[in-house]
Amino acid sequence: MNTHRTLATAARVLRQLRHDPRSIALMLLVPCVMLLLLRYVFDGSPQTFDSIGASLLGIFPLITMFLVTSIATLRERTSGTLERLLAMPLGKGDLIAGYALAFGFLAVIQSVLATGLALWALGLDVTGSAWLLLLVALLDALLGTALGLFVSAFAASEFQAVQFMPAVIFPQLLLCGLFTPRDQMQPVLESISNVLPMSYAVDGMNEVLRHPDITGDFVRDTVIVAGCAVLVLALGAATLRRRTA
Amino acid sequence: MMNIAEPPAIEARDLTVVRGPRTVLRDLTFTVPKGQITGLLGPSGCGKSTLMRATVGTQAKVTGTLNVLDHPAGAPSLRSRIGYVTQHPSVYDDLTVRQNLDYFAAVLDPGRGTAAQRRHDHVTRVIDDVDLATHADALAGNLSGGQRSRVSLAVALLGAPELLVLDEPTVGLDPVLRRDLWNLFHSIAADRGTTILVSSHVMDEAERCHRLLLMREGELLADDTPQALRTRTASETVEAAFLHLVDEAVAAQKFPVISAPTRSPR
Repeated sequence: MNTHRTLATAARVLRQLRHDPRSIALMLLVPCVMLLLLRYVFDGSPQTFDSIGASLLGIFPLITMFLVTSIATLRERTSGTLERLLAMPLGKGDLIAGYALAFGFLAVIQSVLATGLALWALGLDVTGSAWLLLLVALLDALLGTALGLFVSAFAASEFQAVQFMPAVIFPQLLLCGLFTPRDQMQPVLESISNVLPMSYAVDGMNEVLRHPDITGDFVRDTVIVAGCAVLVLALGAATLRRRTA
Repeated sequence: MMNIAEPPAIEARDLTVVRGPRTVLRDLTFTVPKGQITGLLGPSGCGKSTLMRATVGTQAKVTGTLNVLDHPAGAPSLRSRIGYVTQHPSVYDDLTVRQNLDYFAAVLDPGRGTAAQRRHDHVTRVIDDVDLATHADALAGNLSGGQRSRVSLAVALLGAPELLVLDEPTVGLDPVLRRDLWNLFHSIAADRGTTILVSSHVMDEAERCHRLLLMREGELLADDTPQALRTRTASETVEAAFLHLVDEAVAAQKFPVISAPTRSPR
């Protein structure tokens, strides 16, 4: 690992995005528009908006970063630039950390916008600190980046990469407790949801929603999400091969 | 002529590469001398790219011996000493020419201060080398095919590598550009002492190389100078010499008893 190479990679990824303002606008604005929509869908029951809104603040960065990273790294693989980079003195960790930094930076902006909008404009009622919401959102974004990076190794085209979203993200979305509390699910589904990282992302958000202080459960949830992100990033690094057939 | 005492830039013994069910390279034995331009020629699909990927260390399932600049191919210490141009331009389409080079330069020579100044000089030099100064701030994706392949070449020239591995760098270029690039290759080899391994399936480019490796179906037909090849086969051009050798090899396959298969007759 080399800090300068990691930072150069992160700067390069951001520079690429800067030439694509439409993507940036979509990444930053779509979550805000969805929250706005949700607020008025649940116009009659603000409590539902509180619960779902807080969960979504954790889910949006995960989904966005998953999509962006899986496509971006797939392009890196198919354009030959990955082969070129790995034939150069660039560590796999430098590349992955560079991507994680660049997309993490975007995720921070996205989360600040979405959280700010939800708390101050849409009246999302959160008992805990907004900073904790932001922390969970950032970890979720990191998890999304990690999953996207990992999945891109198994996609041969952009078509396949996009299809991995319903395959990897939707089951987690259904089981994470967004639609119904996890302990009310069929026991088999509940135990599956216990091993899916998004469940802990949503649990973490709900802890902040309900408790004024940092709870033990909150710490456990964030550690699990962060641990999963690091684990999947390491798996992603293992899929980068200097020698290919 | 080549110096006997100096070790070769590339040394291959019984080099074999398998891709899936197919043996792409079969027991290749050859050397590439330092400071010269060695052309790797043969029809499409004969294994040129695979041999180049093995040399730069990105090819899997390589058996036999392959030493590059006195290290086994793919050794980490080689990564900053070899410049490699893939067949398709491998640059970022959504970055400008200069931004592309800035990034790859930062990978090769990271750091701030003097390193940043050095990088800036290198980037400016290679942009001039490939004659893209007027397009330095254009997005790579907006350039023509030939211009993009020159950006890709410029990346390989960064950091003054000791060995340049160029996979069909002149494909799709007009005659003027091709001549300019070959002049550039010659000046790089002569002035900087760089070893160049360049592949092509255009036989007239063979005449511009110091040495030639002629390949067909994963095997070496010849390893010689263009002059010696023409003389030995009594041919006017390298193309005619190549066809002569192909006919010879086909005949050897059909009548193995009459004519023993010679791989590298010298």
